Amino acid sequence: MSPLTIGNRLAKNVAVQSSSDRPNCLTSGHRACQGCGEALGARCVLDAAYVATKGKIAVVNATGCLEVFSCVYPENSWRVPWLHSLFGNAPAVAAGVAAAFRQQGKEDVRVIAQGGDGALADIGMGCLSGMFERDDDVLCVCYDNQAYMNTGVQRSGATPAFARTATTLPTGNYLGNDAQTGKNLPKIAMAHGIPYVATASVGDIRDLEKKAAKAIRIKGAKYLHVHVPCPLGWGYPTSETIKIARAAIQCGLFPLFEAEHGKIVESTPIKEPIKVEDYLRGQRRFAHLFGKNAPPEALAALQNTADNNIREYALVGGADE
Amino acid sequence: MNKPFATVLGPSTSLSNKTGSWRTMRPEYVKMLPPCNATCPAGEDIQQWLSFSQEGRFREAWDVMVKDNPFPATMGRICYHTCEKACNRGQFDGAVNINLIERSIGDIAIANEWKFGTAPEAKKKILIIGGGPSGLSAAYFLRKLGYGVTVYESNVKLGGMMRYGVPRYRLPGDIMDAEIRRIIDLGVEVVCSKRVRSVREEICGFDAVYIAVGAYRAAKTSAEIADGANVMDAVDLFRKLEDAASSLPDFGKKVVVYGGGNTAIDAARTVLRLGAESVKIVYRRTINNLSAHETEIHDALAEGIEIMCLRTIDSVEKGKVLLSVMSYDEENDILSKTDKTDWLPADSVIFAIGQSLDEGILKEMSEISVSEQGVIEIDKNMMTGAKGIFAGGDAIMGKRTVTHAIGSGKKAAKCIDAYLQGQEPMANVKNQTATFKRLNTVYFSQDPRVDVSRLGDISFEEKDISYSDREIVAEASRCFSCGNCFHCDNCYGYCPDNAIRKHPDGSLEINLDYCKGCGICVAECPCGSMKMTLDE
Repeated sequence: MSPLTIGNRLAKNVAVQSSSDRPNCLTSGHRACQGCGEALGARCVLDAAYVATKGKIAVVNATGCLEVFSCVYPENSWRVPWLHSLFGNAPAVAAGVAAAFRQQGKEDVRVIAQGGDGALADIGMGCLSGMFERDDDVLCVCYDNQAYMNTGVQRSGATPAFARTATTLPTGNYLGNDAQTGKNLPKIAMAHGIPYVATASVGDIRDLEKKAAKAIRIKGAKYLHVHVPCPLGWGYPTSETIKIARAAIQCGLFPLFEAEHGKIVESTPIKEPIKVEDYLRGQRRFAHLFGKNAPPEALAALQNTADNNIREYALVGGADE
Repeated sequence: MNKPFATVLGPSTSLSNKTGSWRTMRPEYVKMLPPCNATCPAGEDIQQWLSFSQEGRFREAWDVMVKDNPFPATMGRICYHTCEKACNRGQFDGAVNINLIERSIGDIAIANEWKFGTAPEAKKKILIIGGGPSGLSAAYFLRKLGYGVTVYESNVKLGGMMRYGVPRYRLPGDIMDAEIRRIIDLGVEVVCSKRVRSVREEICGFDAVYIAVGAYRAAKTSAEIADGANVMDAVDLFRKLEDAASSLPDFGKKVVVYGGGNTAIDAARTVLRLGAESVKIVYRRTINNLSAHETEIHDALAEGIEIMCLRTIDSVEKGKVLLSVMSYDEENDILSKTDKTDWLPADSVIFAIGQSLDEGILKEMSEISVSEQGVIEIDKNMMTGAKGIFAGGDAIMGKRTVTHAIGSGKKAAKCIDAYLQGQEPMANVKNQTATFKRLNTVYFSQDPRVDVSRLGDISFEEKDISYSDREIVAEASRCFSCGNCFHCDNCYGYCPDNAIRKHPDGSLEINLDYCKGCGICVAECPCGSMKMTLDE
C-alpha cells in the first residue's frame, strides 16, 4: 500500500479529493480540454477551501481559460457563489466583495480571487499588487499554465525561457521565448510582506490541499501559485498532465514552498531529483532544444535555473543544508 | 420568470453538456492475473490473501488460502515459492516475503484452532490410494464437494513426502499433524499401514479412485558397489528416521551424499544432525546447475557441508569412493567424463538421485499404461486409461514438489467431481498476467525486502522465524497489488472532469456521460488495473 496516492483504503488521513462526498466545486460538463491541469487544480483548491470553511467561500474569477470553459451562457459549472467581472480586476473585485462581507458582519465567509498567469502576472498585476499592499482579506490563487492558452497560446510574463508559443516561434538563431529573468509572481507576492505565500502543483494533490486549507483560514492577503500543465499549449499527450507536473517539481524548475510575511518557512524536498531534460523532453514547446543543431547553452541555462532553485529553496538534502 | 434586460435563457448547470461525446478512447477497469498467482502450482489467490493481511484480517486471509491449499503452515515452510521469483516488487526493491507470511498466518490458524467447518453429507464414495500431499489435498476438496472419501496409506502415518521426504527441522511434525488433522476432521476415513497390492482388488464399492501413491522407489545407481561398501538411499534414511520402530543405519563419521536436488541437501543436513563429522555432497554438474533451492544450498554451505561439483561416483568400496572428474561445456550443455579420477574417504554413501513410481499396484490393470519415463499416463482430465480411475501427484508426469502435488490433488478433485456428474470440468479462465511495465511505481516508496534466515542451531528443532501480527501487516503492505485495484482513488482524484464516481462503499464507476478520454486515470493508476480501449 502506498502512502503517496490520493486515497488509501487503510488510512484515515487521506486527501479531500478521495472522499466520496467531496464538494466538486467545479462540476462536470465544463469545456476544458482533455487532460486540463487547470480544471483539476481549480477543483482541488476550491474543494479544500470549501471543506476547511464548511462551505463558506465566495469566488471572483478573472477572464481566461478557467472562466471561458466553466461558464458558457447560460450554463455554469460552479457550485459555489461565483463572480466574473473583467480580465484584470479580479483581485480588486474580490477585495470589494470581502469589504462588503465585513460590512455585513459576515467575515466567516472567505473570499477567493482566481485566474491564470495572464490575468495575474500581466493584465491584473496592478490590481493584485494593490490587494496585497492593502492586505485585503482575500486568497488569490494563480493557476499558472505559462501562457495565454484559450486565445491560442500566446506568451505571457510567466512563460519560461526558450518555450515555443504562437508569439515566440523558434526560427533560425531565435530559440523561442527570451531567456529573460522572468516574472516570478510568488517572489513578487513575498516582497509585499503579506501573511502567506505558497506554491503548489497538481503533481502533488495532498500538498496542494494542505496549503489551500491553511491559506483560506489566514486573515489578510494570501497568495497561492499553482502549477497546472496544459496539454494543448505545451504539447504533450493528454494523459501525462500529472507526470509532467511531477517532473517539473522533481527537476527543481518548480519549487514547492511556503512563505510567511516575506520569509520562506518551509520547502518540500524533492523525492527523486531528475535532470531538466527529463521534464522538457516530453513537451513539444521545447522540442527545438533537442534537435540536431540545437545549441546546448539553452538546456544548460534551464538546468542552471533548476540548480539555483534547489540551492535557494534547499530542495535536496533537507532545509538545513 | 422575469429575466433581466436582453436575457433570453435562465441560468442552468453545465451538467446538461455531456462532454463524453468528445471521446475517442475510453478508460476501463480491468482485473489482471498477478504474477504470483500465475506461477503458484497450487493456484492460490496470493494477492487476495495479502490484501486481507494488510488490513489485519488474518481469518479472512486464511480462508482465502485454504480455498486452494489446505496446508498453509506447511507450505509456508517447505514450498519453494515460485511466487516470490515472479513478484513484480522483485524488480523494485525485493520481492514480498510471501512464503513467510503464509507460514505466519498458518501458525495463527493452528494456534487458534481454526477449522474448515462441516462438509455436506456424503453420497458417492471415493477411494484415494496414498495419504501424501496430493492424496490429502484431493480428499479435502472432494469431501468439501460432498463426497465420501477413504484414504489408504501404506505407511504408519499420513503425510507422504511431507513426512518421509522432508526433515523435521524444515517442517515440525506437530505443524503437519495439525493441518492433516483438520482434513480428517471433515469426515475423511483413513486407513494407515494398508499397503495396496493391486488397485483391482480395492476398487469394489467406490464410485471413483484417485491414485496418489507418489514415487518412492529410489533410482538405481550405475556406480559399482563393492562388497562391504556402506550405501543407502536418502528416502530410506528419512523413513527410518520417522518410524520409531526402525533403528537408524550406521553411517559412520565421513559421509558422502550423491545428488544435486533438494533431497541430497536434506540428506546431507540430516546426517550432519545425526552426528556425522564430515558431510560432502558430490554432484556431476556445476554449482549453478544444482536443482536444489538456493536457500537450501546456502544453508547447507553455512552449516559446513561441502559441495564437490563436477564429480561422479564410479565405484564405492569399503571406506572410500572413486570419483571421476567431469567436464561441462556450459554453452552446448555437454557433460563428459575426463580421465582424471580421485579417491575420497567415505564411511558411507547416501544416494539421492531421484525416485520413481512403484508400478506393482498397477498389475492386473492393463488399461492403465505407464510411460517410458516411468509415470502413469493420464488424459487432460487426469483420468487413466481405466474409467473412473484418476492419478496425480508424483505418480504422474510433472514437477515433483509438495506444492505441485497439492495443486494436482485439487485439480483431480475437480475432474472427479465433473466425471461423476457426467460433465466436462470447468475450464480455468485466466486473466492476462500483470507485468511490471503496467505499474506506475512513482506511487510506491522504497522499502527493501528484509530476508529472514531460517538457519538456526544444527539440530532437528525448527528456528522460530514466524512474523508477529504487526510484521505480517507491514510485509503484506509491500504488495503492489499488480493488476487489481487496491482503492488508492488516484483515478477518482485526478480526473479533471469528475467523470469517475466514488460510491460510499468505495467502489468506483466511470461516468461515460462526461469522460473526455484524456487517459490521466490510466496513466496514474499505480497497479495497472485500468486500460484505455477504443470507443465504439
